Amino acid sequence: MFDFLSKYDDPSLLGAFWVTVQLTVFSAVGSLVWGTLLAAMRVSPVPLMRGFGTAYVNVVRNIPLTVIIVFTSLGLADIFGMTMGARDDFDLMYFRLAVLGLVAYTAAFVCEAIRSGINTVPVGQAEAARALGLSFSQVLGLVVLPQAFRSVIGPLANVLIALTKNTTVAATIGVAEAAFLMKGMIENEAQTLLIGAVFAFGFVVLTLPTGLILNWLSKRLAVKR
Amino acid sequence: MTSVLYDVPGPKAKRRNLAFSVVFFVLLALLLWWIWQVLDDKGQLEWALWKPFTTSEAWTTYLLPGLADTLKAAALAMVIALPLGAVLGIARMSDHRWVRVPAGAVVEFFRAIPVLLLMLFANEFFARSTDVTSEARPLYAVVTGLVLYNASVLAEVVRAGILSLPKGQSEAAQAIGLRKSQTMSSILLPQAVTVMLPAIVSQLVVIVKDTALGGVMLGFTELLNSRATLAANYANVIPSFIVVAVVFIALNFLLTSFASWLEGRLRRSRRGTGAVLGAEDVDDLNAAEVGGTFKTGADQ
Amino acid sequence: MKLRKVTAASAAVFALALTATACGGDDSGDNGSSSSGGGGKIKIGIKYDQPGLGLKTPQGYEGFDVDVVTYVAKELGYEPDQIEWVETKSAERENALSRGDVKLIAATYSITDERKQKVDFAGPYLLAHQDLLVKADSDISEATDLNDKKLCSVTGSTSAQNVKNDFAPKAQLSNRGGYSECLSALQNGQVDALTTDDSILAGYAAQDQYKGKFKLAGLKLSNENYGIGVKKGDTETVDKVNKALEKMVSDGSWDKAVEENFGPANYKNERAPKIGQLVQ
Repeated sequence: MFDFLSKYDDPSLLGAFWVTVQLTVFSAVGSLVWGTLLAAMRVSPVPLMRGFGTAYVNVVRNIPLTVIIVFTSLGLADIFGMTMGARDDFDLMYFRLAVLGLVAYTAAFVCEAIRSGINTVPVGQAEAARALGLSFSQVLGLVVLPQAFRSVIGPLANVLIALTKNTTVAATIGVAEAAFLMKGMIENEAQTLLIGAVFAFGFVVLTLPTGLILNWLSKRLAVKR
Repeated sequence: MTSVLYDVPGPKAKRRNLAFSVVFFVLLALLLWWIWQVLDDKGQLEWALWKPFTTSEAWTTYLLPGLADTLKAAALAMVIALPLGAVLGIARMSDHRWVRVPAGAVVEFFRAIPVLLLMLFANEFFARSTDVTSEARPLYAVVTGLVLYNASVLAEVVRAGILSLPKGQSEAAQAIGLRKSQTMSSILLPQAVTVMLPAIVSQLVVIVKDTALGGVMLGFTELLNSRATLAANYANVIPSFIVVAVVFIALNFLLTSFASWLEGRLRRSRRGTGAVLGAEDVDDLNAAEVGGTFKTGADQ
Repeated sequence: MKLRKVTAASAAVFALALTATACGGDDSGDNGSSSSGGGGKIKIGIKYDQPGLGLKTPQGYEGFDVDVVTYVAKELGYEPDQIEWVETKSAERENALSRGDVKLIAATYSITDERKQKVDFAGPYLLAHQDLLVKADSDISEATDLNDKKLCSVTGSTSAQNVKNDFAPKAQLSNRGGYSECLSALQNGQVDALTTDDSILAGYAAQDQYKGKFKLAGLKLSNENYGIGVKKGDTETVDKVNKALEKMVSDGSWDKAVEENFGPANYKNERAPKIGQLVQ
């Protein structure tokens, strides 16, 4: 019944899902960093930075991810010559470009999640910190963000799960992840339903534990008030 | 909250903020200047590449039909997904286990799967098992994929909308002797619809964005795909790309602004319960369920 | 409550079915299945994105494929205004014919044994060759020069893979969504060559934006016999199309179409092929 699976070895089923996992992990780390920076900009005392953060989030959230990912290939690579240190290895280059696109897109959602997390920290915390004479970066970095992060684990988990699903868009520039393999398989094999079920199962396996673990974590770490 | 994070700037802080502003401005300007230089260097700023967009024929031949297909797919998906989502959402709150559990399973399943997989599968299904013409098939596949996914997201929107209503509403309905179905149809749903409106408009943005996937992966002739046909004629890959991106941003920005306008209006309105589902809730709902709580106007 | 739920569910399903049929309704005509003209329409599949062969422009559809099949349709009894053009992407062609979505396909459709299992072909009406398009100052002149070079082709096309298998095992392949993306990559040095049929390459290279920037390597890596695809078993139409093609060549319209479409591209095409004779 699963004979058709052995025909595919470039990538294999597990190989393709492994690429999906890698895309997710690299993009998650990147977008967490970039998204936090954006959130810091959006609450900073410098008006220009606030404006940039707001503009970035509003523009990126309103562009289809497909447009961003395709642009990394046609724009960044072809025109701007950004080959991501992999000029001679197309597979690696498109993988990295896809990560870049996913980071750029996901960071906007991370930024919004963190900003709403900052809003859940009671005003008194920041006021007390300022009364102690802490600067903006100290207030944010030592007092507000640590509490905000704990309260945004739930929303961030949702962003992570959305990101896992969004990695399939990398198939549009030929990154051999799960959706890319499924497209090839489903067009060439007779067992449409079985193939669909296998890949659907794969994504359920990827997203379900993430959700459960992070949900448990967010309950454990939630700041009790 | 933001202003609470820092003191009112004194003379020293003002100078420092100014310094930051200047440095940030210079960095931004350098970036923009570099982008402009590269585009110029690669001949992407030549007027001949941009001129087609000032003529009406480029729009009427390629982009507007593409935009029409984008909107058509999005509208169809929304119109079909909404009643399906309502049914699923209400079923998920049923008192009967045999209704609640399967509905919950369906909702969670389709929310856990990337919409692209659903589209690819629907496309193959229509090709093999139906006599949908090959012209119409991409539209069918895109709409089917979007409906399956968004019906389950909207099911959660509906559920959250109904749950956000104050308990007094259903208690009062019970007290005057309404049956459960009457409570749902004449008390809860009408109020929930108002609560959900901003969330539904926000979800429309998600749907519009996802149609572009069908353009690249299934050959659906939506906006992003019509760009390719346009570029084959005018040989302007990058300019056409930028124009299409701007159209997407403008369209979605309109929808987003409309959603937040609705949200603000509903929050301020004296009638109703003050409960609203906004854009942030939609972000959360587009991921699989992880027990996130819904922030509603009632408890904010 | 239960009853209400069931009604609501069935209403939703009904609405789904209704909308689904409604949006496909306008496509379910008879697809020009009547074999002779009269007042009916004929659906013909072409490419929309290949300059010189089949291109959608604000002025209408242009190209050699379009001209040939317009002539053929006229011989079958359909005036140009009775033709309904349909875009048939490469991967869709067999499917569109076997389902009867289109009556004829003239879309750079090479006659191959594999395809002949699924569809019938009239023609050939043009002999093209797989070739390379390189920058005007490029030193690539042989297919073997492509080792360690980057070769662009479009997703779903096998031409690049063939070059890699037969001539340049060390070539790096990059697949794009369409040829215009490949050209953009070639222009900016992201790839070193682009491969597909010379007839297609010539059309792209002749576009105003690209004039003088590229050249064809002039290699005949394969023989591509373009035919007009017809539904499998429809020998009556194949015969009629073949007669029309013969007439087109003999009355000079074929040469005129070549001159009009390939002239500006400076494409040195082969002479008109004999009907039914494939150059292997």
